[in-house]
Amino acid sequence: MSTTSAPNFKIDIHHITRVEGHGNIVVDVKNGRLVQCDLQIVEAPRFFEAMLRGRPYQQASHLTSRICGICAVGHATTSLRAVETALGVELSEQTKLLRQLNFYGEILDSHILHVYMLAAPDFLGVGSIIPLASRAPEVVLRALRMKQLAGDLCAAIGGRHTHPIAMTVGGFTHFPSHDDLYSLRERLEAVRADVDATVELFQTFKVPAFERQTEYIALHKPEEYAWIDGVIRSSDGGEWPLADYRKVTNEYLVQHSSAKHTKNQRDSYMVGALARFNLNYGHLHPKAKAAAAALGLKPVCHNPYMITVAQVVEIVHAVEHAIALTDTLLARGVEWEEPARPTRLSGEGVGSCEVPRGILFHHYVIEEGTITGANCIIPTGQNLQNIENDMRALVPTLLDRPRENIAHALEMLVRAYDPCISCSTHLLDVQFVGADEK
Amino acid sequence: MTAPNGKPRPKVAFFDFTSCEGCQLTVVDSLQTHPELLEAVEIVNFREAMSERSEDYAIAFIEGSCSRPADEERLRHIRERAALVVALGACAHLGGVNAIRNRQDLEDVRRYVYGDKAEWYDTYPVRPISAVIRVDAVIPGCPIDREEFVNVVKMLLQGRSPKLPETPLCVECKLKENICVYWRGKVCLGPIIRAGCGAICPTYGDGCEGCRGLLSEPNWESLKQVMAEHGMAEADIDAHMSLFLTYEMAQLQSEGK
Repeated sequence: MSTTSAPNFKIDIHHITRVEGHGNIVVDVKNGRLVQCDLQIVEAPRFFEAMLRGRPYQQASHLTSRICGICAVGHATTSLRAVETALGVELSEQTKLLRQLNFYGEILDSHILHVYMLAAPDFLGVGSIIPLASRAPEVVLRALRMKQLAGDLCAAIGGRHTHPIAMTVGGFTHFPSHDDLYSLRERLEAVRADVDATVELFQTFKVPAFERQTEYIALHKPEEYAWIDGVIRSSDGGEWPLADYRKVTNEYLVQHSSAKHTKNQRDSYMVGALARFNLNYGHLHPKAKAAAAALGLKPVCHNPYMITVAQVVEIVHAVEHAIALTDTLLARGVEWEEPARPTRLSGEGVGSCEVPRGILFHHYVIEEGTITGANCIIPTGQNLQNIENDMRALVPTLLDRPRENIAHALEMLVRAYDPCISCSTHLLDVQFVGADEK
Repeated sequence: MTAPNGKPRPKVAFFDFTSCEGCQLTVVDSLQTHPELLEAVEIVNFREAMSERSEDYAIAFIEGSCSRPADEERLRHIRERAALVVALGACAHLGGVNAIRNRQDLEDVRRYVYGDKAEWYDTYPVRPISAVIRVDAVIPGCPIDREEFVNVVKMLLQGRSPKLPETPLCVECKLKENICVYWRGKVCLGPIIRAGCGAICPTYGDGCEGCRGLLSEPNWESLKQVMAEHGMAEADIDAHMSLFLTYEMAQLQSEGK
């Protein structure tokens, strides 16, 4: 490319690698001016909301877990919370504890996948984790060991991690034994050394310096770092009950994406690990706060490349809390419980969880046990406009660099958001009005 | 690159179409217990996990359904290059849950999700990949079973063609000494579904959802009898029969079976 002060070049990255789903980055610079900068979402539309219509409420969590192979537990939990809110189901303390433990398993599984297998290769100068198997086997073995524990944790509670079986409306259809929990407790304690080594590894990585202020949105609870339920909170001020989620998400369509975009108080907002960290830092486990300090992450952080670092901090938090939860469950004992029953068969409800990539909403209308309207808003969809805004701010700062460097910086940026593209392409527009007409 | 036995390692590629990519993640997870796989094959394409790409591969694993015209061209391109094509998981094998929308009016489905911008997004009725290209082997399930994946890879590397079990799921369930989920008041498709998952859903307290597909000669009468004996509601039965089997059932009906 030209090294004059007014460069002309195009970047067209077809099917960005090491992300979930199909996306392209298209950048066009003419005379040093950015004329196009899109993150194109070219995943085939999936239409889950339409497919939910006419299904019995008991099937919703099993169907929607198939939205995503990475955050299947997150979709299932959110779906169950939407149904339970709609039908007035009150959960037992044991159900809440088991769901939270299962949820930590998935946060760990997904974050470990992202930080080690998708993001770390960029910092280590390789195209994937595979060459590291010979060059740095201890890193690969550690990643596999940690991921296996996370998957086994989910499997002990839900039957398997990808598309959990035992999670059902009102509770569970299978329960982990004392021995299952005891063995998980031992392995979680043993994995602390791997968690420490993960923090040390990330201390050696040079994260690109880039900042752009934006709005951060996450679930919030007054007493704890929120994962399941809570209120919606913005870093620009404001709190909304879950039922008002549309006031925050304001979805709209753009032609270059089969996933819908969102905006709240600015023209884009960010969700995910960094948004949670920025909004809920005070509720992090002390060891997670120590890890954040060691990694140079302080609230409020405006560098999107630090999302991956925030995930490392959340790994520390999740392991510590999972240990505490297994202690609680072991102390009180897990009893066989019939799932809590609905108190009505018609209603409307919104469920929300902080899944690995950010705040997720499921919204259902149920009539006589059958779903008649559905809307799912996925974290990656909410991040898309923010990623594009970051790209637009980033490219002009890099114009003096070779084109490959710019392309790599953009790919790393998109990857930092850990986008889950096949998840985000099935959006909504829920004409709840007249939803009962076929 | 060669395998430890000195033979060249076959080049393996992974591709995804309409799916959740959970089967490819299961492949990644299978490395936790079978790291030796990486010594037996050379992975040259795995967009979800690596940046390198290649057009030179012998075995193609395909996850996902064909759901739009552009998918057909990509599928044929892969078929032309690969000596062996393996359907990875229920979406590729059966159309998966994606095919549920085939039961509804397509225009209505598009408008429900994308409103007045529906024409921006290309789509058509969902099909398994075998409706478009020849498939040499299938790894069923939603998601696939890790051990079954490893076994299929081993068989392919030995030049054998993997065979799917021809016994119903109930056989595996009985061997596990599970309480029949019908006695817990739930619908289960075990009598007509191909075994091989270790009856994992009934083992964890839920009825079989049929993700591994119908047996080649499903015993419909037995299933109907069990459902009638336990007084299952029509709506419940239909919801189960359509979750993974929408495409297969429509094919059977069109063939007059």
